[in-house]
Amino acid sequence: MNMPFYVAPEQVMKDRADYARKGIARGRSLVAFRFDDGVAICAENTSSTLHKVSEIYDRIAFAGVGKYNEFDQLRIAGVRHADLKGYSFSREDVDARSLANQYAQILGQVFTHEMKPMEVEILVAEIGVDDSGDDDQMFHLLYDGTVVDERNVVVLGGETDSISERLESFESPPTLHEGLRSAVAALAGPDRTLSAGDLEVAALQRGNGRRTFRRIGDTELVELLQD
Amino acid sequence: MNLPIFLPQNDPGPDFAELMRRSGFHREIKFDGVVPVESFRHGTTCVAIRYADGVLLAGDRRATSGNLISHRSIEKVFPADRHSGVAIAGAAGPAVEMVKLFQLQLEHYEKVEGTSLSLEGKANQLGQMIRNNLPAAMQGLAVVPIFAGFDLARGTGRLFEYDVTGGRYEETQHASTGSGSLHAGTVVKLGYTESMNETEVTDLAIRALFEASEEDSATGGPDTIRGIYPIVALITADGYTRVDDAELAERTVALIDSRRPPRAG
Repeated sequence: MNMPFYVAPEQVMKDRADYARKGIARGRSLVAFRFDDGVAICAENTSSTLHKVSEIYDRIAFAGVGKYNEFDQLRIAGVRHADLKGYSFSREDVDARSLANQYAQILGQVFTHEMKPMEVEILVAEIGVDDSGDDDQMFHLLYDGTVVDERNVVVLGGETDSISERLESFESPPTLHEGLRSAVAALAGPDRTLSAGDLEVAALQRGNGRRTFRRIGDTELVELLQD
Repeated sequence: MNLPIFLPQNDPGPDFAELMRRSGFHREIKFDGVVPVESFRHGTTCVAIRYADGVLLAGDRRATSGNLISHRSIEKVFPADRHSGVAIAGAAGPAVEMVKLFQLQLEHYEKVEGTSLSLEGKANQLGQMIRNNLPAAMQGLAVVPIFAGFDLARGTGRLFEYDVTGGRYEETQHASTGSGSLHAGTVVKLGYTESMNETEVTDLAIRALFEASEEDSATGGPDTIRGIYPIVALITADGYTRVDDAELAERTVALIDSRRPPRAG
């Protein structure tokens, strides 16, 4: 009888984490931040059709980095979860926290039980009903199911440390214009410049009707990025 | 409620009704016989009219249960999405549920696929939902909506009528549904011109519903005491907008004044 080689659980987990991290680092990063009128998400994405940032529900947005097919599967599951929940209860009962927990369960499950972990990092953002912005939430989920509740700004992807360092810190939530300029500069780094065509930007914005999610198109983005 | 994740071969795609079925939401209620007409609420008269900038949808506010008025301010005209709307007549409960599912279906498709359905696709979707309701319709719970929208691809307003079998019929000028549809439809037909503007088409719709309410007991007329007026929505390239009550009140009063017989002496 063949006995499998013994591998320490620490080693297994470390290998899986390394594998996932490597996969995530291959893609481009994204920055999400709170601004004075909601939450904006700015991703480096040269494709105008394969989105990294999407709408989940009236006040909830989704963003993912890493392997496209994997985070897109999670995005669709999120839309389904939210629409089913809103249908069977009420639209106000759909919330980001419960969705983030569901995502954490799946990511954790896949990380420990499947052959390979998901090579993704995702963000679930929600803006509160309140105009003050105090109820705005951003949940950052890692490949192993770790959930981090972020307040003002969050970076997803490979070089998070250097991008975070480059981000300006604001005392109070900046305007969309200020926040976006800081995010784009941080994503680009000192040696590159990013133009509107290299970016995918969307926002959950108050005063945008029931569905607060909107994409910021190239024309508007060019204007926003000007000084 | 858990996260609905499917294997590729079982994936319901962008179809919300199919998703509900696969998630165990679909509870079919079976019963025999006909539901007596006085035991549920009935929505009545709606009209749709094409005009220069798009299409108008309007409906009265009365719901009846048999010969009783069961609701004075029910809404029968709803936005389906940004550029389309639906007006319902028939059994109010199933109709409102159908609209809710239809709205969700369009939004769900848009979010999953990243693009909206074509206007034609939306009209077909609604037709399928009406067809699925056929067994209930045979038991008395018929739902007969009108679907109207602005077709962004063609740059024009379009409207669709249905029958209980889910049959879908596109109309080029106007459509009406419900118990007062005969009278309302005739008024629209006589007053219709190709190039009506927003004001003219709104006046025509108010007049059509007013005349229907005079001839059909199940159609509610304007209620100036409580301030209840028909719902009128305009769908243009800019999207779905509901005409506000203040404006409707003003136009209704003008219409009533014009109908008042001249005082003797």
